[in-house]
Amino acid sequence: MDVLRAREVPLTSEYDIARARQMVRAWALEISLGLVDQTKIVTAASELARNTVVHGGGGAMFLELISSEQRKGLRLTFKDNGPGIPDIQVAMEDGYTTGGGLGLGLSGAKRLVNEFVIKSAEGEGTEVILIKWKLVTHD
Amino acid sequence: MEKIPIIKIDRFLLVSIQVDMHDNLALSLQDELLTKITATGAKGVLIDISMLDIVDSFIGRILGSIAEMAKILDAEVVVVGMRPAVAITMVELGLSLEGIRTALDVDKGIKLLNTVLDERENIDGRVTR
Repeated sequence: MDVLRAREVPLTSEYDIARARQMVRAWALEISLGLVDQTKIVTAASELARNTVVHGGGGAMFLELISSEQRKGLRLTFKDNGPGIPDIQVAMEDGYTTGGGLGLGLSGAKRLVNEFVIKSAEGEGTEVILIKWKLVTHD
Repeated sequence: MEKIPIIKIDRFLLVSIQVDMHDNLALSLQDELLTKITATGAKGVLIDISMLDIVDSFIGRILGSIAEMAKILDAEVVVVGMRPAVAITMVELGLSLEGIRTALDVDKGIKLLNTVLDERENIDGRVTR
C-alpha cells in the first residue's frame, strides 16, 4: 500500500470536529468518491473525531490518501492519549456509551467504512483506523 | 457569534440550517428554538436540513431531543429536506430518528403539520389557529 499524501489535523476542541469533517470531505472529493460513500466516511470521521475530543481528551486525526492495486482510498487514523477503553468488545456494541450519547459512535462508524481497526488499553489511549476504498468500476 | 435564524410564519416556526453545525451551535439552536416556541406560542416547527451534508449521532440526538421537548411545550416538529445520501448513512450508522416526523420539503412539511394540528383540534376541541 502506498501513501500518496498525508496530513495531520489536530483535534482539541469541538471546532476541530467540524474542521476534520471538511478536510475529509475535500479529500474524498479529490478521489471522486461517490456521494453516498463521501457521506459515510465524513459521518464516520465526525463520530471518531468527537470521541477523540470528548472521551480521549483531545488528540489528532491523520488523514492519508492511499493506493493499492489500482484503487485509491482514504485512511483516517484517530489517536488520543486519553483513559483508553478497558473492554473493546463491549465498547463496540450498539448502545455502549460513557458520554451520555446514543452509543452509536464506534459500532456505527465501523458499518460505514471498509476497514476498521481499534487499538486501546486502559490508561494507554486509543487509536482507531478507518479505510474507505473507492470502488473500482470496470467499463 | 454564528446564529441560525428562526422565522415565524403563521402559527409555525421555520429553521433552515445553512451552515456546517458544530456541536455548540446545535446546542444553542436547541435552547433558542424552545425559548421561541414558548414566546410565540407556535404550534409547529419545521427544521429544514436540506443543506446539511451529514447527520451524525450528535445531531441526530439534538433533533430527537428538540422534538421531544417541543412536544412538552405543545408544538409538533417536522424535519424536512433530508438528502438521500444522508438518510442512507443514518440508517447504517444506526440512527432511526424514532418519534420524529419527516417530510420531503418545506411545502410538504407545512401540509403535514396542518393535518396533524387539525386532527388534534378535532380530537380535543382545542383552538390552535
